[in-house]
Amino acid sequence: MNMPTRLTLFLLGAMATGFLYLKGATQLPEFGHYGSSFYPQTYGDAINHASIFARHITDSVTGVNFDIRALDTLGEEFILFTSVMGAVVLLREAYEKTPKQDDHEQSGQKEKSAIHAPKATDAVRLWILGMTAPTVLFGFYIVLHGQLTPGGGFQGGVILATAPLLIFLAQDYENFKRITPNTLLEIGESLGAGGYACVGALALLSGAPFLANIFPFGQTGSILSGGIIPLISFLVGLEVAGGFVLLLAAFLQDLFSSSDESKEKESAQ
Amino acid sequence: MSHLPYFAAAYLFLLGLYGIASSRHLIHLIICLAIVQSSTYAILIAIGYRIGGQAPIFASMSVETPTVDPVVQALMLTDIVVQATVMALLLALAIQVQKKTGNLDPNSIRKLHG
Repeated sequence: MNMPTRLTLFLLGAMATGFLYLKGATQLPEFGHYGSSFYPQTYGDAINHASIFARHITDSVTGVNFDIRALDTLGEEFILFTSVMGAVVLLREAYEKTPKQDDHEQSGQKEKSAIHAPKATDAVRLWILGMTAPTVLFGFYIVLHGQLTPGGGFQGGVILATAPLLIFLAQDYENFKRITPNTLLEIGESLGAGGYACVGALALLSGAPFLANIFPFGQTGSILSGGIIPLISFLVGLEVAGGFVLLLAAFLQDLFSSSDESKEKESAQ
Repeated sequence: MSHLPYFAAAYLFLLGLYGIASSRHLIHLIICLAIVQSSTYAILIAIGYRIGGQAPIFASMSVETPTVDPVVQALMLTDIVVQATVMALLLALAIQVQKKTGNLDPNSIRKLHG
């Protein structure tokens, strides 16, 4: 299909979609009037009450994610898991297919970092030296306090995943590889994804529905309140952090292996 | 004009879709897909908003305080993380296409190679 035909088709489709959307959207309650005229008591308000009184937590967003709609989050978890796996498989396949001579690898290993990662300045290294430990600590803090204040496994996991990236920025690829062995990352990621499903199955064993909140809810405001919520939040944190670092490692490996290739080509010429 | 945020979401959606339809570069196409996805954030946030509503965190406020809808916020935050990984998957695909065919123009990638 050439460009003009394609754009004409797009225009027709867009006009139809836009027309239907306009007709539909103007029937919605006005912006900012969520639940005020038609349904004074909305689903969101009901969830707020359920979170506070039935689950003893203070952040109902986390309550929705890890308890009330936990099954949906399990689905999202597996989208995340499969897309990380897909990306890693794609990138690793390319890496393993490139022909490698063993004697080259040993000597090439040392040159790599010297050539591709420009040495970080002392200011950057000093700053990151001070920042890495607080980043890890802050990540765990966010993961573990999801049921009380804004946070939880998704946000905290991403923060945790930035710590190895900081190491890469301050040091080089070799050090990044050393602190993030693939086995460890894969274990973390699978434990996160599988553990979530196991928490659901645990409820089945005790006779409750899948992913029912079977643990004691604890006292509102304490770190162990909310039953399964902190546990699931922690598992999601593991999965997200593991997944993001795996992606990072895969992209970096691809970058360094392909620049290795071009280097070999250059030296051959 | 009180429906303006809903229209903004539709505008973002159609703009991103136009970018995908007319794209001449795979990276450009992936970014356009991100714009389409961001239109869903706009519509979700707009639907859950309540004038004067607080964030649904009750650590230091009364249970009766009117808040915005927690459900759409929960949807958003999982979606942002998932979007990031899906983008990574697409970029990995783009890298493979570049390696296999040596170019990133979706119009020139016609043949499937075994």
